[in-house]
Amino acid sequence: MKKIDFDQLQESLYYEKMDNGLDVYILPKNGFNKTFCTFTTNYGSVDNHFVPLDGDDFEKVPDGIAHFLEHKLFEKEDGDVFQQFSKQGASSNAFTSFTRTAYLFSSTSDVEKNLVTLIDFVQDPYFTEKTVEKEKGIIGQEITMYDDNPDWRLYFGLIQNMYHNHPVKIDIAGTIESIAPITKDLLYLCYNTFYHPSNMLLFVVGPVDAENTMNMIRDNQNKKDFKEPKEIQRKFEDEPSTVAEKKQVLKMNVQSSKCLVGIKALDVNQKGKEMLKNELTINVFLDMLFGKSAKNYFDLYNEGLIDETFYYDYTQETGFGFAMIGGDTEKPDQLAERIEDILLKAKEGEFLSEEALERSKKKKAGAFLRAINSPEYIANQFTRYAFNEMDLFDVVPTLESITFEDVKREAQRFIDKERLTVCQVVPK
Amino acid sequence: MTIINESIKDKKGYRLHVIKTDKYKTNTFVWKWKAPLTKDDVTKRALLPQVLQSSTKDYQTTTELRAYLDELYGASFYVDLAKKGEYHIISFTLEVANEKFLKDSSPLMEKGMEFLASVILNPNVENQSFHNETVEKEKRNLKQRIQSVYDDKMRYSNARLVEEMCKGEAFALHANGEKEDVDGITSEQLFQYYNKALKEDELDFYVIGDVDATNVETICQKLFPFEGRTPLTVEKSRDSEKHGEPKEIKENQDVKQGKLNIGYRTNITFGDEDYFPLTVFNGIFGGFSHSKLFINVREKASLAYYAASLVESHKGLLMVMSGIDNKNYDQAVKIIHEQMDAMKNGDFTEDEITQTKAVIRNQLLETIDTARGSVEVLYHNVISKESITIDDWLKQVDKTTKDEIVNAAKKIELDTIYFLTGNEEDAQ
Repeated sequence: MKKIDFDQLQESLYYEKMDNGLDVYILPKNGFNKTFCTFTTNYGSVDNHFVPLDGDDFEKVPDGIAHFLEHKLFEKEDGDVFQQFSKQGASSNAFTSFTRTAYLFSSTSDVEKNLVTLIDFVQDPYFTEKTVEKEKGIIGQEITMYDDNPDWRLYFGLIQNMYHNHPVKIDIAGTIESIAPITKDLLYLCYNTFYHPSNMLLFVVGPVDAENTMNMIRDNQNKKDFKEPKEIQRKFEDEPSTVAEKKQVLKMNVQSSKCLVGIKALDVNQKGKEMLKNELTINVFLDMLFGKSAKNYFDLYNEGLIDETFYYDYTQETGFGFAMIGGDTEKPDQLAERIEDILLKAKEGEFLSEEALERSKKKKAGAFLRAINSPEYIANQFTRYAFNEMDLFDVVPTLESITFEDVKREAQRFIDKERLTVCQVVPK
Repeated sequence: MTIINESIKDKKGYRLHVIKTDKYKTNTFVWKWKAPLTKDDVTKRALLPQVLQSSTKDYQTTTELRAYLDELYGASFYVDLAKKGEYHIISFTLEVANEKFLKDSSPLMEKGMEFLASVILNPNVENQSFHNETVEKEKRNLKQRIQSVYDDKMRYSNARLVEEMCKGEAFALHANGEKEDVDGITSEQLFQYYNKALKEDELDFYVIGDVDATNVETICQKLFPFEGRTPLTVEKSRDSEKHGEPKEIKENQDVKQGKLNIGYRTNITFGDEDYFPLTVFNGIFGGFSHSKLFINVREKASLAYYAASLVESHKGLLMVMSGIDNKNYDQAVKIIHEQMDAMKNGDFTEDEITQTKAVIRNQLLETIDTARGSVEVLYHNVISKESITIDDWLKQVDKTTKDEIVNAAKKIELDTIYFLTGNEEDAQ
């Protein structure tokens, strides 16, 4: 077991790689009641084309299967794992993103028991035809719920505008039609390939004793047998750097219009420190343009183009990445025009200043301290960072290292007319 | 063991609550302003904090104000509004990094408190009127916010249920005010209302973090001079809550998923003897993923992705919500009625009780792991004029018996069934 100290933050992180390849991290947080654990596989909705563990050829699986598998893993021969957790005073949940599937629980008592439940249920799949069929009704309602949600439609509409081929443009849960052909055998195929311990990470944060917890996890893992892992081969079609559609307007049953401008990212094959710096630089850049202390924000607000729902965000993973800027607006076309105009001017260096950079860096450093009050944030983000070979605890030093030159250079590279797109939701 | 260490001091015009803990990397400050919910004031009261937070005498534009917060290491500052029973609560929340985790250690706590004082007591006022342009902008923003509820069908159907259920009662008003009343508010009137609120509201100030209570008190003494007052209270009147036959309301809209919301009168509020049995009731009935609603509506009948219930503690309402296919209305309503009957008939096991108590305990302990959660939990005492500690709360839940739960269940009366449906023929 390795111990990594973060003196300034007064935190220590414990790490060990199990013999079967599983990465385990423990962050003791004294004073907290709650222990929060996530058990995450490096497998999400985009991984729909791969070589199965027992096969030699690439196979394509139905859209939405990673999410379907997440639902089904909770069901066991003797009932539902939710029940088991709540009997032990814990609350459990799971989520599927583009690139990850995470199982989690939080509890303020019986932590060891809950931890064993978490590890064991994820490592013991039980799928039958009958329960697979029944789940289609529940997930069908989940999909329908999102269909009525204008913010979700807007978000996905924008991503669909950006991508020609990449599966990030497919809704994480799939569609009612795409989940129909899912069978228990297909679920096992995905499970066996992606739920190997060597493709997973376990994170424990809370008032725990690191030594005892690690011992317990080690004992648990040593008792189980896993097949020899092999490197997972995933296939993605080539993706042009330009956007697929410049604009899309969705007519929905809403009273307020919504507008998002997207920028398709350029550097999608970065990892580690390079990726971290790139991601933070773009975030700081966007904050200088659109943060609440930016003059642009004030102007847009004064002109009645935006309200408090206005936001910006930048996401980057291996193979895809995008920035989005926008929110509710009475004038979606005017807002889109203004945002594009600001971005293109910023490419030439307008709105950027040393002073704004320093302020933005301070703001992000403070936000980081606030975020690490949250066990959920630490576990989820640490895992995301680790899967991209980055270190969550490098955020503040990396932020500090960003220079004005870095921002100007990044603005030049990142902004490109050919990679801008707009999605709007307007009343029917 | 005392789980939360809350010290309460009566100061002139307000109460100071200090919760000392070294759990967080930040210090959190929350001002709570409480007044009765009334038709005349609700919209002005919703507008007021928005105007106050957008500029002050010291920071005359939002850009300056937000730039200052960025300088304070990205202190997070926001206002929000809530309805608790028949009170309308304004909250001002500021969270600022504890400088001991930063390289640069300027005294952020005092600066944060000074900032709050500037927002609350030194607004951007001229000639007995708020800055007119700011007020006009925030009026536009408020209308947008009120309108946005319509676009989120889950929130919309919940708000519609309350409207229908509590017609003629103050509780039917919306925390964000009434859209048709926004335009009529002038900057002068709003300033008059501000002065009234400052003089009459019941004020509570919460400080949470690794702070020195004496130091906090000294700073407060300097920054927050208020006049003494006897806050207005709302008499608990149950006359208006006596209803005849349950109402059934169906509304047609262009939605794919129907939203079923059912409201009950529990005739029990926070501070009543059977309040804790009611919370255990709700846990078994619909509060969690092991509850009857989840098991029977989702897991067994596959009708929904979500089916849950919650208690409005101070108004004494129990509300069920679920998203279902339009054609499944009758079946879902029937299943929900059956679960309620089962509860009234005591058709639940000791195991279910134990399990629910464990989860409630867990949930409460988790809530108080966040500064904001602690304030929300502790503030129940202010609203209900009680002094129930978290330890008492846990003890009361723990000693609840099956008979007490059944007694609480028997007080619950069905009031209104609301269904938002996409089927023309369903909505008569």
